[in-house]
Amino acid sequence: MRTAQNGPSPSATEQAIIRLQQIRKIYKVGVERIHALAGVDLEIGANEYVAIMGASGSGKSTMLNILGCLDRPTSGKYLLDGQLVSRMGSGALAQVRNDRIGFVFQSFELMARASALKNVELPLIYSNVGWWSRRKRAIHALERVGLGDRMSHRPNQLSGGQKQRVAVARALVTNPSILLADEPTGNLDSKTTVEILALFDQLHREGQTIIIVTHEEEVAAHTQRIVRMRDGQIESDLPVQEDKDQHSQERRIPTSDDVSDAPSGFDADNFDNERIPDNGRPATTTQAPEPEPRSPQSDEAGHEPTPTPARARWASRGASR
Amino acid sequence: MISILLWPLTLLRFGYQGIGLALGQIWTNKMRSFLTTLGIIIGVGSVTAVIAGLQGMRTKVLDSFESFGTNKMYFIHDWPDDGPKQHASWRVIRLRPDHFNDMLEHCPSIASLTRIREFGARMEHADKAMNVSVTGIEPDWHDIENRSVILGRTFTHTDNEGARQVCLITEQTRDQLRLDRDCTGQSILINDRRYYVVGVLEERPDSMFRDGSSEAQVFIPFRTAWKVSEGFMYAMAACESPEVADDARAEARFFLRHTRNLAPDEPDTFRIEIMKQYLDQFNAMAVGITFVAGGIVTISLLVGGIGIMNIMLVSVSERTREIGLRKAVGAKPSAILLQFLIEAVTLCLIGGLVGLLGGQAITELLASIEKAGLEEAYIPAWAMGMAFGFSATVGIVFGMFPAIKASRLDPIQALRHE
Repeated sequence: MRTAQNGPSPSATEQAIIRLQQIRKIYKVGVERIHALAGVDLEIGANEYVAIMGASGSGKSTMLNILGCLDRPTSGKYLLDGQLVSRMGSGALAQVRNDRIGFVFQSFELMARASALKNVELPLIYSNVGWWSRRKRAIHALERVGLGDRMSHRPNQLSGGQKQRVAVARALVTNPSILLADEPTGNLDSKTTVEILALFDQLHREGQTIIIVTHEEEVAAHTQRIVRMRDGQIESDLPVQEDKDQHSQERRIPTSDDVSDAPSGFDADNFDNERIPDNGRPATTTQAPEPEPRSPQSDEAGHEPTPTPARARWASRGASR
Repeated sequence: MISILLWPLTLLRFGYQGIGLALGQIWTNKMRSFLTTLGIIIGVGSVTAVIAGLQGMRTKVLDSFESFGTNKMYFIHDWPDDGPKQHASWRVIRLRPDHFNDMLEHCPSIASLTRIREFGARMEHADKAMNVSVTGIEPDWHDIENRSVILGRTFTHTDNEGARQVCLITEQTRDQLRLDRDCTGQSILINDRRYYVVGVLEERPDSMFRDGSSEAQVFIPFRTAWKVSEGFMYAMAACESPEVADDARAEARFFLRHTRNLAPDEPDTFRIEIMKQYLDQFNAMAVGITFVAGGIVTISLLVGGIGIMNIMLVSVSERTREIGLRKAVGAKPSAILLQFLIEAVTLCLIGGLVGLLGGQAITELLASIEKAGLEEAYIPAWAMGMAFGFSATVGIVFGMFPAIKASRLDPIQALRHE
């Protein structure tokens, strides 16, 4: 059916599933205009395994929303499976989300009162799938993530990892072109993180195109390609090995300094949303306040290697306007 | 093409899925749902009970009219409200037998007519004596009144023309006087005049028009009655059918004004009462009560509807994340709208159903109270339909706003909602 199921054939990898051309997203806060995305060009082919990284405020959440067809860019073209989705109405976008995109969220977003099976069936309710094939596909998706024996369990009877597996099964049940995961391991401990990442690896081997939005390097290391974002633009877009060489010392994890420095109102990433809770994040990452190392290589993306945190720069840009 | 054909099917699917979801929600929040729908429960319950009570009353009244004769009319003397005869003596105003002469020929809508003279008298037989109500009637009376002679014969024109001393007595009178069971041919004394019993009349069937006093009754020919005791009289007639009652009244009025020599500008010195008019009055009253009950139910449904809207708004904000998720996985705004609308309507319909059951319970209670006389009370089908119809309307009207609110939620913000 979809390219995702055809497996990683050479022709499939060359074919672009996602093509972003000069995508801009501008938010208006009062009279100020915030450029959450400032002209992004990106192509992602079938069966790619991509991590989108960036600090808070780098525009990665906006990127995720646009990639996931939850939001429309202010300008620019977004072609998904060769179809122009950047100018679609909300009803048509819902259809696209239903058919082509599978979401995995940080906080799982399972319906508490429904069984795992019912949760997985949810997207199919909104597509034209009959009762029986809905059930069959949901069972198949649960088996794919290794939860064939937990189908009638409710979310509160499942562990965190199992919950996220159910969420992955729900994302897969419609055979989407892309699987979009937003901090999929953010609420999991390190052991379960490994488990879920292994699941993603397995899905990738099975031919699924996967995009993970994360700020954890060890998560990104599982992927094949890392897109780093900064100030609403793509800072670097490299295969994982090259990226590792370039960013070996530069692990940008938002530290407490970052957050306290950020003036509110210029948080382009989350300006209209509540901040994503960091509650479940493994303690090791937050405990390691690495001393803001900047490598000089980072200016290859056209930015001066200034140690100014992204958000502070947003502030100066906004104020100058 | 196929998608067009599938569209109603999809709607249907959303329909039953929505109902399933709604029932789940209601079941999860049992207490809250119950309190929310209380307004609708009370509204529907009270209005169906009132309608049932009215229905019972109506059945009873109609039955009474039926046994009494819906095409009956009465002619009674009456003082006019103004004019010179306003304070005239009774002798001027009263009806006389000759006022009704040839009335049937002149009033085609009237089928039969009897003059009636009623007076009290003392009746004796053997060593028994009692007070009776004597009624002088003409043979047509048998056609108008719905009472059959169970023994003997009815009055004939000969009885009346000849002013014969014959009488019909009721079963009760017969038993009170300890006459034989078949007492035809026996004689009794009424005010010391001897009358021969020619027949026994059945008791008037129990009805709300029964005067209550179980006074013994005896019937004699009108002329006989007029001969022995002249005085207040009235007349009773039956029109051809209830439909021509108004024609009959107009004809009779014209005729009586003529026979009573009323000048064209003079007001009537009599009144004509039609049973149908009482029925109309009752119907008008029933309609009035229905409207009052309708007003009450409208208010309580309005209040109930506001409650529904409130709880739906709460439900929308409680489930913001769920709505966000549903939208993220591909629910169109219309699907979300439909889901919440169905939930509101389901809530209201359940309220309507519970209200209807409550109304039925009240109705049973009413019917079991003997003094109320509402044994026939029941909730008619149209009232049930109306109860559900109104409940559903309230659900749609008051569920619309929260449902629109839910359908317009931005999925990004909804998913970030705490």
